[in-house]
Amino acid sequence: MADNTFMLEVVTPEDILLKEEIQFLVVPGSEGELGILKNHAPIVASLKIGVLKYKMPDETVQKVAVSGGFMEVIDNVARVLAETAEHGASVDVLRAKAARERAEKRLAQRVEGINNERAKLALQRAIARIKAAS
Amino acid sequence: MAGAGVREFKRRIRSVANTQQITKAMKMVAAARLRRAQEKAEASRPYNETLQGTVARLSAVALDVKHPLLEKRDEIKKIGYIVVTADRGLCGAYNTNIIKMANQSMEDIGGAAKKTVIAVGRKASDFYKKRGLLAADFINLGDNISYVDARAVAQYVIEAYETKELDEVFLVYAKFINVLRQAPTLTKVFPLEPPEESEGSAPHFIDYIYEPSAEAILVSLLPRYVGSLIYNSMLEGKASEFGAKMTAMGNATENAGELIGSLNLAMNKARQAAITDEILDIVGGAEALKK
Repeated sequence: MADNTFMLEVVTPEDILLKEEIQFLVVPGSEGELGILKNHAPIVASLKIGVLKYKMPDETVQKVAVSGGFMEVIDNVARVLAETAEHGASVDVLRAKAARERAEKRLAQRVEGINNERAKLALQRAIARIKAAS
Repeated sequence: MAGAGVREFKRRIRSVANTQQITKAMKMVAAARLRRAQEKAEASRPYNETLQGTVARLSAVALDVKHPLLEKRDEIKKIGYIVVTADRGLCGAYNTNIIKMANQSMEDIGGAAKKTVIAVGRKASDFYKKRGLLAADFINLGDNISYVDARAVAQYVIEAYETKELDEVFLVYAKFINVLRQAPTLTKVFPLEPPEESEGSAPHFIDYIYEPSAEAILVSLLPRYVGSLIYNSMLEGKASEFGAKMTAMGNATENAGELIGSLNLAMNKARQAAITDEILDIVGGAEALKK
């Protein structure tokens, strides 16, 4: 194992999605993307809906769609907590695209209030999943 | 007639044995589902514990954070109860115990405040619908609880609390202790009280960077924390339900066994009595011929 790696854990309420030694991590922080390398200072950051990218020790890049949450880094363990998270490879692109269209349609109707907010979030989630898959 | 009594017994024994077979099968099914439910609860632990730890640490750092979910209301007019029960019966006193605890608490607290119930599970929904207390229900969730179900419940109560539809919210569910014991538990959800930092957890003198700030992160985590509280209670509830069902069905199987035993005894007695009667008849007849 290379000595420039650290642990990444992606945890959802239903399971631990992944637990791996990685080289480099980029998360969608609520104020912009954050890059994490080994020996990062302890940090707690809130995340927005988006795509989390990480580089494996063999230089391959993997993507995971996350639905917001937060990340905590301490002692070379980065733990990402999200309500839902999905590997890019296992995203059902057709379903994600259908979800995007549904959300766009609902937004086009321009009804104010909670449903509008929900449609916006659904749209962001769908876009994140499509991006993670590509 | 001799054979009639015996035949009646045979019929009943067969029917009890059939029931026994069904209860035995239900017990085994409950055991399998209990194991699955426990695995699920186990799988949710890392998320819940990390979230709880972080919320505790953040609320120790961000002291003056203001959030509608943390706000205590001076006047409590409406109290909501999230009551988590099963969709189905046949699990002993499981549902009754939970509903009993909720009712007790409704009598004890809040005085004249109006009480409403958010039912999770059909048993609670049916019970409170009859009494006109039902505000919303979440039923037919199946045995495989997903986080999405819990989030729907959380979203409903968060909205109700923020719009002042409810001024206080309690959660009633059965905590799983072991197969034989499920403890009905009542906890307060709103106003939200962040968990205390437990002894021996990560010491908070570690100088974290908070991005964007401790307050902002805490605010974004509070709704998720509510979701995880409810998800957790639903998982515990499922495990408890199957534990209770296993015990109930185990008892039913045992009782059926006892019943079959006593029916067998009664049947043999009736058979012997019938034989004795017949012998007496024959002997009596023979005696009469002799004369």
